[in-house]
Amino acid sequence: MELPRPRRDIELTLRVNGAERPLTLDARTTLLDALRDHLHLTGTKKGCELGQCGACTVLRDGRRIKACLTLAAMQAGAEIVTIEGLAADGALHPVQAAFVEHDGLQCGYCTPGQIMSAVALLREGRTGSDDEIREFMSGNLCRCGAYTNIVAAIRQAADRAA
Amino acid sequence: MVPFAYAAAASAPAAIRHVAQRRDAEFIAGGTDMLQLLQDGVRSPSELIDINRLPMTAIEVGPKGARLGALARMADVADDPRIRAEFPMVAEALLASASPQVRNMASIGGNLLQRTRCLYFRDVATPCNRRAPGTGCPALDGENRLNAILGGSVHCIATYPGDLAVALVALDADVHIDGTRGERTIPVERLHRVPGDAPHLETVLEPGDLITAVTIPAGAAARRSHYLKVRDRASFEFALASAAVGLEVDGGTIRAARVAVGGVATVPWRLRHVEEALVGRPLSADVIHEAARTSSDGAEPRGRNAFKVALLPRTVERALRTVGGLA
Repeated sequence: MELPRPRRDIELTLRVNGAERPLTLDARTTLLDALRDHLHLTGTKKGCELGQCGACTVLRDGRRIKACLTLAAMQAGAEIVTIEGLAADGALHPVQAAFVEHDGLQCGYCTPGQIMSAVALLREGRTGSDDEIREFMSGNLCRCGAYTNIVAAIRQAADRAA
Repeated sequence: MVPFAYAAAASAPAAIRHVAQRRDAEFIAGGTDMLQLLQDGVRSPSELIDINRLPMTAIEVGPKGARLGALARMADVADDPRIRAEFPMVAEALLASASPQVRNMASIGGNLLQRTRCLYFRDVATPCNRRAPGTGCPALDGENRLNAILGGSVHCIATYPGDLAVALVALDADVHIDGTRGERTIPVERLHRVPGDAPHLETVLEPGDLITAVTIPAGAAARRSHYLKVRDRASFEFALASAAVGLEVDGGTIRAARVAVGGVATVPWRLRHVEEALVGRPLSADVIHEAARTSSDGAEPRGRNAFKVALLPRTVERALRTVGGLA
């Protein structure tokens, strides 16, 4: 099988929150920029663009990833879920509701990433203790320092899901 | 980011041929280090060839050892119950690396090839012999707290940043490479090159060479093993010093020992003289202390990284005590 000719402009279809989204993108476009600037899904936040802050966390095929550390072209055919795809029929996802209830935020900029990461954390079963939650949420920074309430929100969501 | 062209490879031979022939073409797998390097302008490939669709994700474990496909993700290997049972230091090294999101993305092959976190290598506004040969090394007398005390040269003291490779070197693992001249297998210990007078040559890989798998031999010292990582914060940070250790103990006597260290050297660093000081001796806190205290022998600190000379033996000692049941 020959290699397809490398191209600077890429035609691809992203599957985002259940919808097929055909796009033509510069090959350099990160998944994060494709979501925000091309699909106008601005819930996924841009913080550091270096994989350090976690504000751009989304789910790919059910697993959490950092949307700034992958090219959109590499995600053709994958199932992407963003914060906009979490609530079903107008009802908050249990993790979203728990963040509201526990005030798991101050400025809110990191919150979509925190919530997407926490949704995956619950699926991974990494909620055995508060220390385990902290360790496996280490890829999401909160410069306001709302960590205490974030852990409490995740703890509650985990307990309710059990 | 400078413009580049992209294609997804469906076959390894075609991808290898292409990257070998094209100047400045590179493979991309998980992309977690590549995207950082692109964003910072440290790398500017003309083409990126995506290898993620190649069938190299399998994790196989048998009586003789494990075979990790180069595209297995760090999280999948870390969570594999067979890896956790037979090679604890491998699972622990992976779990101590990066963040959960990055571990879901980053590949085993790419992890071995991640580039140094030396501040000057990552900052294109400064000289760096590794990034721009011949421009100089500001780390020698600059902000070198994170830099290497072992394996450096007057041209470069950049620390090898990874954890997995340290464990693999301790366990005599091999890396399998496919290239334009066919397949070959080399010890992981021979993959990386010390900087010497050519810091820009970081590995023995040639243009087009593709890591396809890693194999790890099973054994008693692999089963009784541990990876200890000491860092500035509890999680999501690179090592200041780390130790991958394994012991085979029979009747209270150490029959085999494995000790490799990270965060302190320019390449994953095996401490054979520490291993030799352990083998044949009774398993005791004193024997471990005497062996571990020589861990920094030959170190060449450069100022701000001098604390590692004391930190390294303590890290090795604590890891050995843990695996020896003497913690």
